[in-house]
Amino acid sequence: MSVHQPAEDTQPEGAQIEEEARGAAFRHGPDGGLLNLGEAVRDAAVAAAIAFILAGPFIGLYTAIAGGRLTMTSRPWGIAILVGVVFVGRLAINLLWRPVGPTIRERIGALFAARPSGALAGRGVAILSAVAIAAAVLLPFTPFGTREILDQGIKILIFTMIGWGLNVVVGLAGLLDLGYIAFFAFGAYSFALLNAYFDLGFWTCLPLAGLISAFAGILLGFPVLRLRGDYLAVVTLAFGEIIHLVLQNWDEFTGGPQGLRGIPAPTLFGIPFARGEGGFADRFGLEYTPVQRIIFLYYVILLLALITSAVTMRLRKLPIGQAWEAMREDEIACRSLGINTTMTKLTAFGIGAMFAGFAGAFFATRQGFISPESFISQDSFMFVAFVVLGGLGSQVGVVLAVAFITIITDLQQLQLYRMLIVGLSMVLIMVWRPRGLITTRRPTVRLPLPRPSTSPARA
Amino acid sequence: MSDRPSGTVLKIEHLTMRFGGLTAVDDVTFDVRRGEITAIIGPNGAGKTTLFNCITGFYRPTVGRLALGHGEEAFAQLDRLTNSGRRHGAGLYLLERMMDFDIARRARVARTFQNIRLFGGMTVLENLVVAQYRPLMAASWYTVGGILNLPHYRRGLQAAVDRAAYWLDRIGLTARADHPAADLPYGSQRRLEIARAMCSDPVLVCLDEPAAGLNANESAELNTLLRFIQREHGTSLLLIEHDMSVVMEISNHIVVLDYGKKISDGPPEHVRNDPKVIAAYLGVEDEEVDEVEAELPA
Repeated sequence: MSVHQPAEDTQPEGAQIEEEARGAAFRHGPDGGLLNLGEAVRDAAVAAAIAFILAGPFIGLYTAIAGGRLTMTSRPWGIAILVGVVFVGRLAINLLWRPVGPTIRERIGALFAARPSGALAGRGVAILSAVAIAAAVLLPFTPFGTREILDQGIKILIFTMIGWGLNVVVGLAGLLDLGYIAFFAFGAYSFALLNAYFDLGFWTCLPLAGLISAFAGILLGFPVLRLRGDYLAVVTLAFGEIIHLVLQNWDEFTGGPQGLRGIPAPTLFGIPFARGEGGFADRFGLEYTPVQRIIFLYYVILLLALITSAVTMRLRKLPIGQAWEAMREDEIACRSLGINTTMTKLTAFGIGAMFAGFAGAFFATRQGFISPESFISQDSFMFVAFVVLGGLGSQVGVVLAVAFITIITDLQQLQLYRMLIVGLSMVLIMVWRPRGLITTRRPTVRLPLPRPSTSPARA
Repeated sequence: MSDRPSGTVLKIEHLTMRFGGLTAVDDVTFDVRRGEITAIIGPNGAGKTTLFNCITGFYRPTVGRLALGHGEEAFAQLDRLTNSGRRHGAGLYLLERMMDFDIARRARVARTFQNIRLFGGMTVLENLVVAQYRPLMAASWYTVGGILNLPHYRRGLQAAVDRAAYWLDRIGLTARADHPAADLPYGSQRRLEIARAMCSDPVLVCLDEPAAGLNANESAELNTLLRFIQREHGTSLLLIEHDMSVVMEISNHIVVLDYGKKISDGPPEHVRNDPKVIAAYLGVEDEEVDEVEAELPA
C-alpha cells in the first residue's frame, strides 16, 4: 500500500501550466500528420528569419585590407542565397516529410514557456553569463580597449573575484564576514613580503598567498566558531581592524604606513612587459606600448576570476557545498544528520579567504605599491554590499553589483554626489528587491528525467 | 522483507538530566527494542524532549548510561567499554560520551524535530541528498575527486539520488522534487523530515511528535509510513507522541513519563489500563493518588 496521496493534490499549480505548455509545444499537425501549406510556409519563413539573423554578420559583412587600412564591405547576395536555401529547404522538409517534431516557432516557445520560472531565469542567466564572458575576453581588441577602460575593467574584475570569494562565506555558508578585507590584505602582503625578503616572483607567490590567506581564514575560524549572526559580524569586523593596525604599526616587518614599494609585475612565462631588449614587444616583434602590460594584467585577473567562479560553482554542487547551504538554512538539523558544522565552517572560511588571497596578490602586483591604507574596513563593507546587492549566492548578481558600484564611485562627473547615489540606489534595491538583484537559486541536484512516478496522464 | 531483528538496540540506564535546580529527567531506565516502535508519552513538561536531546547528544546527561548497539552481541562488551573510558568500539556506542553529529554519523541515530527543521531554501531532493553527506563526502574523496568529477564520485552521487528518489516516491513528493522545501504544506514537510532522517541510513530514528498538527487523514498516512519503515527497513523507531490514535495503533512498546520519572512501561494494552497512567493523564485527588499507588504491587 502506498502512503502518498493522489498526485493531483501534491502537484503544484505551476506544474500544470508547465505541462500544458509542454503539451502545446510538442503538438504538431492535426492527428500528427503533415502540416498544411500555410503552416509549412510560415514555419519556413521563421527558419529563414533565424538564418538571416545568425548568418547576416558572418556572411553579409566581411573585412578586407585595402591600401593598408581595414575596410568593411557587405555581401547582400550571399545572405540572399543562404536565406533562400534555408527557406526552400525547410519548406521541402515540411511538405515532403512527415514532421517528426514541433515547428520552429513552437520549439522557441517551448524553450521559454515549458519551464518553471526558475529554470527560465536560469537559462536567461546562463545566456547572459556566456555573452558577458565573451565580451570580457574580446574587450581589449575592440575600440573600447583603451587604457582607461581596461584599468576600470581590471578593478571591476578584482572586486568581482573578491565578491565571488566572499559569496562562499556569506552567500553559501551564511556566515556574515565583515572583515574580509583582512584576507585580501594577507594575500597582498604575503606576495609583497615574500618578494621583498626572498625575491620570489608573482607566479610563485600567487599560490603561496592563497595558502597563507586560507590559513589565516582557518585561524580566524577557530575562535568564532561558536558565534552566529551579529556576534560573528562584530568579531570579524574586529579581526579586519586588527590586521589593519598590525600592518600599520609593525614597522620593521611590514614597512608600516610607508607601505611596500617596488613590487614586480607578473611576467608571461618569464618574459617581462618592458621596453627594450628581451621585453614582450621585442620578443614578438611588436611595437612597444604600455597598454600591452595592461592587457596582460587584464587577462591574468580575468583568468583568476573565472577560475574562482568555476571552482565555487563546482564546490556548490559537491557535498561540501551542499553542507554549506544546509548550514545556512539550519545548523542544528545539519548536526542531526552527522555533518560536522565546525569543520564545515572552517572550510568555508578557508576557501573564501584563499580567493581573497589570490585577489590580494594580484592587487599588489598591479599596484606595485601597497600600504595599510589600501585595506581599510570600509572596503569590507563594500564587499559585503556587492554580495548582498547582487543576491546571496548569485555569481552574475555579484558582477552586476560590482560593476554598478565601481563605475558610479569612479565617475568624476558626479563628484560629491557619487556616494549619495550609491547609497540611494542601495536603499532602492533593498526596497524593491530585498533579497538582491538576482534571487533565483538553481538546485545543485535534480532528478534524472523521466521521473519514476509523476502525475497520471491528464484528460 | 527483512527478518525482524530482535533484542535491544538502545539501553537507557539511570538517565538523569538536571538544569540547575530543575530535574527534567529523573533516573529513567528502559530498553528500546530492535526493530520495534517504542513510544514515549506523558503530559507536557514530562521530560520527553529532554530525553530525546540526551539520546541524540544535544544535551549531555548529568547522570546515566546510554548504550546503543549495532548488533545484539555488542552489548556483551558493555562493561568493558564503559570501564575503558572510550566512546565506542565493536559496534557499541556510549552516547552520553559522544558529540551530537558524531552520534548521527557513527552510532547512526537520526532524529526529527518538534518544530520541523528542514533546509527550507533548498529543494526537496537536496534535503534528501544532504542527509547522505557522509557517504557522498567519502565518494568525493573529501571534495578532491568531486571537483575532478571522477567516476567514483559520479557513481556515489547516482546512488544518493536513487535513494532519495526511492524515499520521494514513498512519501509521495516526487512531483515536487525541485521545489523549495519551505513551500511544501505542513503535512508534507513532516513526511519529508522523516524521509530525510531515513536517508541517513539510521539504526534508530527518534521522532519528536511526528503527528503534531496533522489532520486525521495525514495521521493515518503517517502511521502507514512508520509501519512501512519498521517492516521493510527493520529500523528501530522511538517516538514522542501526544496523538493516542497514533501511539496505540502502531507502537509495540510504550514508556510513560511524568515529571521526569518513568511511571509505566510495557505493551499498549498494559499501559492503557495502568492506573498510574490514568492518574497522570486524567488527574485525581491527592488522597486518591496515594490510594491508587498503595493498591499497586511494589
